[in-house]
Amino acid sequence: MNALLEAQGLSLRFGRVRALDDVAIAIWPGEVLAVVGESGSGKSTLLRVLSGQQRPEAGIIRFDGTDIHEAGEAALRRLSRTDWGFVHQNPRDGLRMAISAGGNIGERLMSNGARHYGDIRAQAKDWLARVEIDPARIDELPRNFSGGMQQRLQIARTLVTRPRLVFMDEPTGGLDVSVQAKLLDMLRALARDLSLAIIIVTHDIAAARLLAHRIVVMRHGQVVEEGLTDRVLDDPQHPYTQLLVSSVLAA
Amino acid sequence: MEAGYNFAYLDEATKRMIRRAILKAVAIPGHQIPFGAREMPLPYGWGTGGIQVTASIIGPADTLKVIDQGADDTTNAISIRRFFARVADVATTERTEDASIIQTRHRIPEAPLREDQILVYQVPMPEPLFRLEPRIAETKRMHALADYGLMHTKLYEDIARLGRIGTAYNYPVMVNERYLMSPSPIPAFDNPKMDRMPALQLFGAGREKRIYAVPPYTPVRSLDFEDHPFRAIRAPHACTLCNSTASYLDEVVTDDQGGRVYVCSDTDFCRTEQERAA
Amino acid sequence: MYVAVKGGEAAIDAAHAWLADARRGDAAVPELTTAQIEQQMTLAVDRVMAEGSCYDRGLAALALKQARGDGIEAAFLLRAYRTTLTRFGHAAPLDTAAMGITRRISATYKELPGGQVLGPTFDYTHRLLDFALAAEGVTRDAVPERAADEAAIPRVSELLAREGLMQREEAAEAEPSDLTREPLAFPADRSARLQNLARGDEGFLLGLGYSTQRGYGNAHPFVGEIRQGGVMVEFTPPELGFAIEIGEIDVTECQMVNQFHGSLTEPPQFTRGYGLVFGSGERKAMAMALVDRALRAAELGEDITAPAQDAEFVLYHSDNVEATGFVEHLKLPHYVDFQSELENIRAMRRNAV
Repeated sequence: MNALLEAQGLSLRFGRVRALDDVAIAIWPGEVLAVVGESGSGKSTLLRVLSGQQRPEAGIIRFDGTDIHEAGEAALRRLSRTDWGFVHQNPRDGLRMAISAGGNIGERLMSNGARHYGDIRAQAKDWLARVEIDPARIDELPRNFSGGMQQRLQIARTLVTRPRLVFMDEPTGGLDVSVQAKLLDMLRALARDLSLAIIIVTHDIAAARLLAHRIVVMRHGQVVEEGLTDRVLDDPQHPYTQLLVSSVLAA
Repeated sequence: MEAGYNFAYLDEATKRMIRRAILKAVAIPGHQIPFGAREMPLPYGWGTGGIQVTASIIGPADTLKVIDQGADDTTNAISIRRFFARVADVATTERTEDASIIQTRHRIPEAPLREDQILVYQVPMPEPLFRLEPRIAETKRMHALADYGLMHTKLYEDIARLGRIGTAYNYPVMVNERYLMSPSPIPAFDNPKMDRMPALQLFGAGREKRIYAVPPYTPVRSLDFEDHPFRAIRAPHACTLCNSTASYLDEVVTDDQGGRVYVCSDTDFCRTEQERAA
Repeated sequence: MYVAVKGGEAAIDAAHAWLADARRGDAAVPELTTAQIEQQMTLAVDRVMAEGSCYDRGLAALALKQARGDGIEAAFLLRAYRTTLTRFGHAAPLDTAAMGITRRISATYKELPGGQVLGPTFDYTHRLLDFALAAEGVTRDAVPERAADEAAIPRVSELLAREGLMQREEAAEAEPSDLTREPLAFPADRSARLQNLARGDEGFLLGLGYSTQRGYGNAHPFVGEIRQGGVMVEFTPPELGFAIEIGEIDVTECQMVNQFHGSLTEPPQFTRGYGLVFGSGERKAMAMALVDRALRAAELGEDITAPAQDAEFVLYHSDNVEATGFVEHLKLPHYVDFQSELENIRAMRRNAV
């Protein structure tokens, strides 16, 4: 089997700071990959670079074997609204707050050519139910929703076109602990049912353990350790990973 | 003709620059071409774009018709017609069929136009996405990538909220299935006339400094949904003067007791119909 | 029986006759001459030249008279005339260091080479209506003689730059933008931004500049220097190949000195906000300098959070001839569109019931 997304030699500097230092990473279809590390480790930059929002200074990113920057911006945008999805930490960055829940979900369908109002609406209702929002609230604005609901709406909006790969940037970051657990359960079920590949950036080791098949640990822009989730968390090799894991256990 | 000014006011170099923009616009139907709009002696927003387009294409043999709200005798139409009579000394007409160039604000004539005619629209806001995204740099990107999901989302929201598409004029169209275009603030009733029109359609926006075009016989489709098709709206009445039930009507309030009559907005069409009936 | 009203043509003629009559006012009061406007309404003339983007005091005075004193209408008249003139090229950069100074102040140094020159300023007048001006035949006080400065007076920004404390502006080799020939495009370079601001509406820039002082944009400005006076305009005709002086114009220049905390690659230093206006336009030059600096946020790596830092917002809305045209066009007939709205709203109300 070939990797779905594969990157090699990614480097990017901000002034004197090396945000990415010769990073290589790959994800296979249906796999959930967690990128963990502290703030400033370069994990969010890695996500932006992998999803084509920022160009690296060096390195190559292939999706389905094709260099994502080679075909130009139009092709990249098309990829972002079809095969890819992006879930922001703050749902306000991923939703249109002045547009109804149904419009938010429908936008991606319409961007991909859907022209039947009734069908768009039916799919929006279906997705609201899947993310446990009452479909009767389809015409409400996201600002009337709680933070957890907004995040679930963002996920529905992203998944409605059945992307093959979803990038997630601390999706549970701004939520209460009880809400976090519910969201993680939902994400795990969706990933399994839809055979989604997910690259999730998080500093939450527990979330990584629950969701991810594999873990990549980043520090100072470098990948310091990677492996199957249980192996990395139960038998960390790199001193930095040991520190990360022990700090969670201690907490 | 006014002394001290070139034929049709603009100098020849400026006219050439504008004609180059027009040629580009014709080559890429519906795509907005930036141009170095000049400061005209009429205010921005009052037709300076249309005037510059007309000035660049008009010749001494042309016959010009100017309408505003469909009528030849509205004050701004009179003012623009007088301007060209003064600086270009061209023949003017109120008859649609006699005109070689028709400059318009807010209407398309009811009578079908021909291949040997050019329709010049005055455009206040050339960008069809401006209410959704005011940043020109971002809308340019959206056009380049044909990323028009947001426009459909707006129509979706209208139906969800109002039960129908709430846009009654300046109703967005797809030109040649590629570029989303503002038809200028004509009533949606006029949109179907743009589709595969034999006449060349030129659009000038002076303040926003953009020109765009729909070449003859180009497909122009009003955005809609399969299950909520585009509908042309007119007042459901007959014209008080010519009895037409097909033309676009103005509602004229005749007293403060609710009295009103409906008359054709296209004054030339109305006159022609009355003559035919007489 | 309904009969359509005609007669727009006659109405326009009548309106123009009425306008001419209203312009003249009471015939018993002597008619104002353009020379009087030029000599005694100097700041109004200056503002019309600046916003009309045409340096000609006589034409600006005529425009003011024709416009009944409406500054924006006068600027519009001047612009419409200007656009018919042949463009020969662009002048050499003005050497404001060689200015014949009529006013020069710095807020950053108590004393400095060339000194502080108050000049003809309102600054320290008490704003009490001077009823003596309402009477005719007021005698003029003699203006105290001022020792003429022989040497050029160095600019404050240059004093700072020599010490490496002020970012140097590099002279561009490329021909500067000209918004009267090419439309604004983004990102707009500094020359396009400065041209836009120099032609922009004083009130708009004043409000924006003010907003940067109140926390909308991270401004820490000092008036490094304001100077007013005459400068020579030099132009190189292509057929000659060397610069010749084509005249002298009065301008107001303002250089605002602003903090800059530096970045990873650059040490902290001062940065400049620049304002230059035709004639005596101190308020406008200062506001322009504040806005110019705010618009440099992107190039200096500062966050863009305030309206004055948003180049599209500022540059698309600064031109008062454009703005007044579009705002005022709303009074043109819109009844065709309104009719569509009426039918649409009636239909939606029927649906709702």
